[in-house]
Amino acid sequence: MSAVDCATGRDADAVLLGFARALRAGGLDASTERVHAFLRAVAVLRPGVRGDVYWAGRSTLCGSREDLERYDTVFTAYFVDTGGAPDGRTPAATTAPRPRLVVRDAPRTTAPGSEPHAAPIGALASSAEVLRHRDIAELDAAGRDRLRRLLAAFALRGPTRRTARRRPARRGEVDRRRTVRDLLRHGGEPAPLRHRARAERPRRVVLLVDVSGSMAPYADALLRFAHASARSGRTEVFTLATRLTRVTRELARRDPDLAMAAVAAAVPDWSGGTRLGELLREFLDRWGQRGTARGAVVVLLSDGWERGDPELLGRQMRRLHRLAHRVIWANPRKARPGYAPLAAGMAAALPSVDAFVAGHSPAALERLAAVVRGANDA
Amino acid sequence: MEGPEQVRNRLEKTGYLVDDGLAAACFLALGLHRPLFCEGDAGVGKTALAAALAEALDAPLIRLQCHEGIDASQALYDWDFPRQLLHLRAAEAAGITDADRLEGELYDRRFLIARPLLRALQTLPSVLLVDEIDRADDEFEAFLLELLSEFAVTIPELGTVRAEVPPVVVLTSNRTREVHDALKRRCLYHWFDHPSFARELAIVRRRLPRVSARLAEQVTALVQALRAEDLVKPPGVAETIDWAEALDALGASEVDADLAVATLGSVLKYREDTERARGLDLAAVLAAHGA
Repeated sequence: MSAVDCATGRDADAVLLGFARALRAGGLDASTERVHAFLRAVAVLRPGVRGDVYWAGRSTLCGSREDLERYDTVFTAYFVDTGGAPDGRTPAATTAPRPRLVVRDAPRTTAPGSEPHAAPIGALASSAEVLRHRDIAELDAAGRDRLRRLLAAFALRGPTRRTARRRPARRGEVDRRRTVRDLLRHGGEPAPLRHRARAERPRRVVLLVDVSGSMAPYADALLRFAHASARSGRTEVFTLATRLTRVTRELARRDPDLAMAAVAAAVPDWSGGTRLGELLREFLDRWGQRGTARGAVVVLLSDGWERGDPELLGRQMRRLHRLAHRVIWANPRKARPGYAPLAAGMAAALPSVDAFVAGHSPAALERLAAVVRGANDA
Repeated sequence: MEGPEQVRNRLEKTGYLVDDGLAAACFLALGLHRPLFCEGDAGVGKTALAAALAEALDAPLIRLQCHEGIDASQALYDWDFPRQLLHLRAAEAAGITDADRLEGELYDRRFLIARPLLRALQTLPSVLLVDEIDRADDEFEAFLLELLSEFAVTIPELGTVRAEVPPVVVLTSNRTREVHDALKRRCLYHWFDHPSFARELAIVRRRLPRVSARLAEQVTALVQALRAEDLVKPPGVAETIDWAEALDALGASEVDADLAVATLGSVLKYREDTERARGLDLAAVLAAHGA
């Protein structure tokens, strides 16, 4: 380990703060609290030793495995390439973060004056009825905008399951603890028995949204659907294209437009090709197997257009089916006249799918929400 | 302790081998009184770290296993209602009617059942292991967050219990669920990777001194080769140790491809993985480490 010259002469804290700034530019959440911990950590270790600064930062400024890679990149750029960056400038290499894309689609609701449909509710309701059955891909900008408001009304709740937890109830087994507490309160006089029963909880819902090229006309609407349904708190959302991205956190923002912008920034591969099988495997390895898909209702929103090996997709679908409570596949192309699940990926996946529904219009998405709740998919 | 090196030496004395990063993280956890948040695949030694720290510091290990629906009465404290009731009955039989005094007696420390978190605050020094935090609910996480930043709890009937010196806290997560940022922010983060061949071999040798050097080396080489394959559940260090132990129990001092396949059950836990491993040329891996 070699001594970094930063700690000797110049103000060491300024250099470390510059490093924190570079990390923030590189996409890490280097909040004030974390940076404070970082400075304290460096102070208890040896501030002049690069290895110690590295480990101090790694354990205080990182919060997940994904952060580690970015941290390493920025650390190398900041301390190794510039030899300590004594002037505290952010190296150029770190200011080029992940590729960012803006939300494709029509202009956002920015200018209220230009909105002809900022109109009475009655007019909206009648047009909503027409809109409900329109194919999302065929909508114009104004139509999509109305669609967004429609979608915002959805909430996706999984079917309930019994938990290990018990709650006070009117019938069920005797709740000894509460009964005794009641007795105590009355000084040992008899009191009515208290009961408790197993609580019910909605199952987790996992949405896997295909945002690849072939799904481009639907991606925005489906993500807005995901946003509306993710508000219940027990929903996880992932996007699939060339890579798997977890967007649950981005979608947690209340405002749909802000959430969409956050998703657009987080997803590196809008409109790429699909390798459903590989991504599904990645999902199962990283998340599904460990618990996210266990006992959950998993919804795939995709056209099943697989570029990779359909056999792999079939295998992963079987794995998913064994883990999940129910697997639902929503395919926007299903509603097209003369559609048959001929795409190799779709054909390989279908045997492991509990419900195969359309997902091309708001009405179809409403139907999907009902199927997720446990309605019969017939 | 003076530095990461000393922490490392103490831990290695207990039989737990650490690298630079983990030594620094443990040292910081001790020095800054911050909880250490350990993430990584199952079987890479997250829980074992807490046990090793407890042994190295000569402090009791207090373990809280998280599960879905865990709440404060299971994690923090509870009142012993049956005993309180008994006390009331006894008082009644003895003819004591002073209600205020009785009430005061009821909420005495002797009727308090300290659960792991309260026990950790009261025990000095201690190592608190909050195992598999990802299995608990969000509500519990928020509760834990409060406790870990203050290291104090308020019991309405008794007052505030505060730890004079905060306990060493180790949290582990298998990443079945993303733990909230607010909790992570208050912790030091350490990601556990699978160890390199040399380190893993050293761990196996340290853990199983009875096993022959050759067997340990062969098993480690096989597990490292399996880990490089595309498996549903790559084996952790715990599985390596299990495998070596199983082979040793069979009386083997070295392993060939047939014996390895016959005992695959102690290292691979999925049928797909076993099928895949059967198709591999294990003999070649062994030959490479045959010298």
